[in-house]
Amino acid sequence: MRHHLVLRVVTKLLIPFILLFALYVQFHGDFGPGGGFQAGVIFASAFVLYALIYGVDKTLQVVPEDVLRVGIGLGVLIYGMTGIVPLFLGVPYLDYSPLAHSAPHGQENGIFSVEFGVGITVSSVMAMIFLQFASRGGKDDEDANGGGDET
Amino acid sequence: MILSNLPALQIVLPLLSAPACVIARRTPAAYAIAFVASWVAFVISCLLLWQVEHAAGGVISYHLGGWAPPWGIEYRIDSVNAYVLLIVAAIGAVVISYAGPSVASEIPEPKRYLFYTCYMLCLTGLLGVTITGDAFNVFVFLEISSLSSYILISVGKDRRALTASYRYLIFGTIGATFYLIGIGLLYQVTGTLNMADLASRIPALTGSRTVHVAFAFIAVGLAMKAALFPLHIWLPNAYAYAPSVVSAFLASTATKVSIYVLLRVYLTIFGPAFSIGSMGINYLLMPFAIAAMFVGSAVAIFQPDIKRMLAYSSIAQIGYMILGFSIATSLGVTAGILHLFNHALMKGALFLAMGCVFYRTGAVSIGSMEGLGRRMPWTMAAFVGGGLGIIGVPLTCGFISKWYLVSAAIERGWWWMAALVLLSSLLAIIYVWRVVEVAYFRPAPADAPSGEAPLLMLIPTWVLVVANVYFGLDTRLSVGVAARAAKALMGGG
Amino acid sequence: MNDWVGVYNYWIVVFLMMAGLYIVIARGNLIKKLVGLNVFQASVFILYISMGKIEGGTAPIIEPGIKVYTNPIPHVLILTAIVVGVATAAVGLALVVRINEEYGTIEEDELDELEEQERQT
Repeated sequence: MRHHLVLRVVTKLLIPFILLFALYVQFHGDFGPGGGFQAGVIFASAFVLYALIYGVDKTLQVVPEDVLRVGIGLGVLIYGMTGIVPLFLGVPYLDYSPLAHSAPHGQENGIFSVEFGVGITVSSVMAMIFLQFASRGGKDDEDANGGGDET
Repeated sequence: MILSNLPALQIVLPLLSAPACVIARRTPAAYAIAFVASWVAFVISCLLLWQVEHAAGGVISYHLGGWAPPWGIEYRIDSVNAYVLLIVAAIGAVVISYAGPSVASEIPEPKRYLFYTCYMLCLTGLLGVTITGDAFNVFVFLEISSLSSYILISVGKDRRALTASYRYLIFGTIGATFYLIGIGLLYQVTGTLNMADLASRIPALTGSRTVHVAFAFIAVGLAMKAALFPLHIWLPNAYAYAPSVVSAFLASTATKVSIYVLLRVYLTIFGPAFSIGSMGINYLLMPFAIAAMFVGSAVAIFQPDIKRMLAYSSIAQIGYMILGFSIATSLGVTAGILHLFNHALMKGALFLAMGCVFYRTGAVSIGSMEGLGRRMPWTMAAFVGGGLGIIGVPLTCGFISKWYLVSAAIERGWWWMAALVLLSSLLAIIYVWRVVEVAYFRPAPADAPSGEAPLLMLIPTWVLVVANVYFGLDTRLSVGVAARAAKALMGGG
Repeated sequence: MNDWVGVYNYWIVVFLMMAGLYIVIARGNLIKKLVGLNVFQASVFILYISMGKIEGGTAPIIEPGIKVYTNPIPHVLILTAIVVGVATAAVGLALVVRINEEYGTIEEDELDELEEQERQT
């Protein structure tokens, strides 16, 4: 990829905006199209773009597999814990109403929290799937793009 | 607080143990988490059964998120549910106790924590399908359990499991998608997804062609998941080449849960009047059930691979369960549900015994089992116990379910059906005797590995065998709950 | 005539569903089967979402003065079903990658031959 200067520069310019757009989609899910799953996929696509241009090894340096593995579990646990807290407050599982001073605000907080968990898990899963598939086999084209991306 | 939220905890605790296993990368930690969560799930299912037996109206209704049905998702537990929950959780707990040495010998080290993660996800999915009262929720949990079982089957060392798992994936996804289409069509005409609400709205719409098409799609989809003949071809390879723990767990639970959903859909959502009265689904399923009984047992006789033989035997036993339902009386449905329970115990014991054999000898073909009766006496005795149950010998629980099945057939006046049930049991004698003859009446080869399986694997196997015999003698729990469940399904309907 | 043309969304659903199922059954390449499965699932998504649309209805976000909203429930159901479809595709493709590593081929007839040979020995 050392010859593809335009691609490398444009990628470096675009990735922050992709990540920002993913966060926008994540937090505006209750006002427009969006939510955890969509945002997670867009967030992961930034890492996929980086891996396509700069190679899987560099991407694994940026986000190690262990971080992704913990991310996968952490999101589900956040969702589950948001559901268990109401149990201690005396209401059924996943009832968000007591989570704030009034029921609508409680619902908002609850939805925010579970969507956040979903976003973390989905982005970790998508990035992990891509990196696992990309790092299997095909070791022979490392010589072609291994060389000199030292920037 | 705990007792009133048991339905939610039944699902949440196994579910949250899965990401905990992923984060705790090391195998001993993952195994400890899975072990504790499975046994807690079993305790909760026992408490739920006790609660349902003492609840008003025999039903527990739990509103997830505090939203009342039909706006929200409802977990609705009655005797049928609680019974199947008990079976699934019990098998889940017994098999995880067995799993330590077996997984160590059959699954490479880097993948073991992933195995326990998928095991807990599969358990969660199966428990969720059983407990929920919302038709779409069934689809979600069904796919959770199916996806994790595709992974469980293919994670071992046998490469034939990969193609088997792929075929299971194609079949299972088509089946689940057919179910999804049926639910979508029902939602379109009734506007609700809650099972009780659907049951109250469908009788007014039974002339509509959409309802008929939805019925057909759901029937075919669930038949694919339950491995009812002729949609069973994914099952033999999937159970034969999977790791032993996975075969034992899936054979005892996955198809049973699909049959439970079948009963729920036909008898609760559509109601006996529509399903049996106007659509005649029982007359449609009857020839397939009988074919399954005979084809399954007959093909089992010729299999050199014992696990494959047990898989074909499972297909035959699923035929018995569907036959019980197709008799369409309260006694018939009792027999079907009872066989669900008993078969889980018997097949579980048989597959666990084969896991012990594989642990010691590294092979499960009939040729490698020569003289095993002397080299591994406890394991083969467990196999014989399970085998006698499959045949239906008195003193085992298999006899009780065959007894009820034959009584239900005779009560309806169908003597020919009773004769067919007894005839196919004779076929079972042949394939069980094959193994017994090779194990006990042939001398062991000189270089054969000897020694019994580890105690950690023998004890859970024998727990299931003893349960086999216990429920063959004291039928108050198994028959009592099954009868109440059948009455709730057929009578209330 | 309106009866046949007015339900054009269902015609699309039927076409995609049959095309998807045909690909799954008739094609021997494992990845093509997965593609067929995805086409089949896409037809179900279209069925749900097109049935949820109400004529004259707007997006289901509460605004003062608007009375007719499109039904949001099918959208929620399909979001879940899409995620399930993605997960199924991921597991299926992972299996195909492993099958390729173990057997060296992803054509169903060649795989059947290799397994048959293994069974003879």
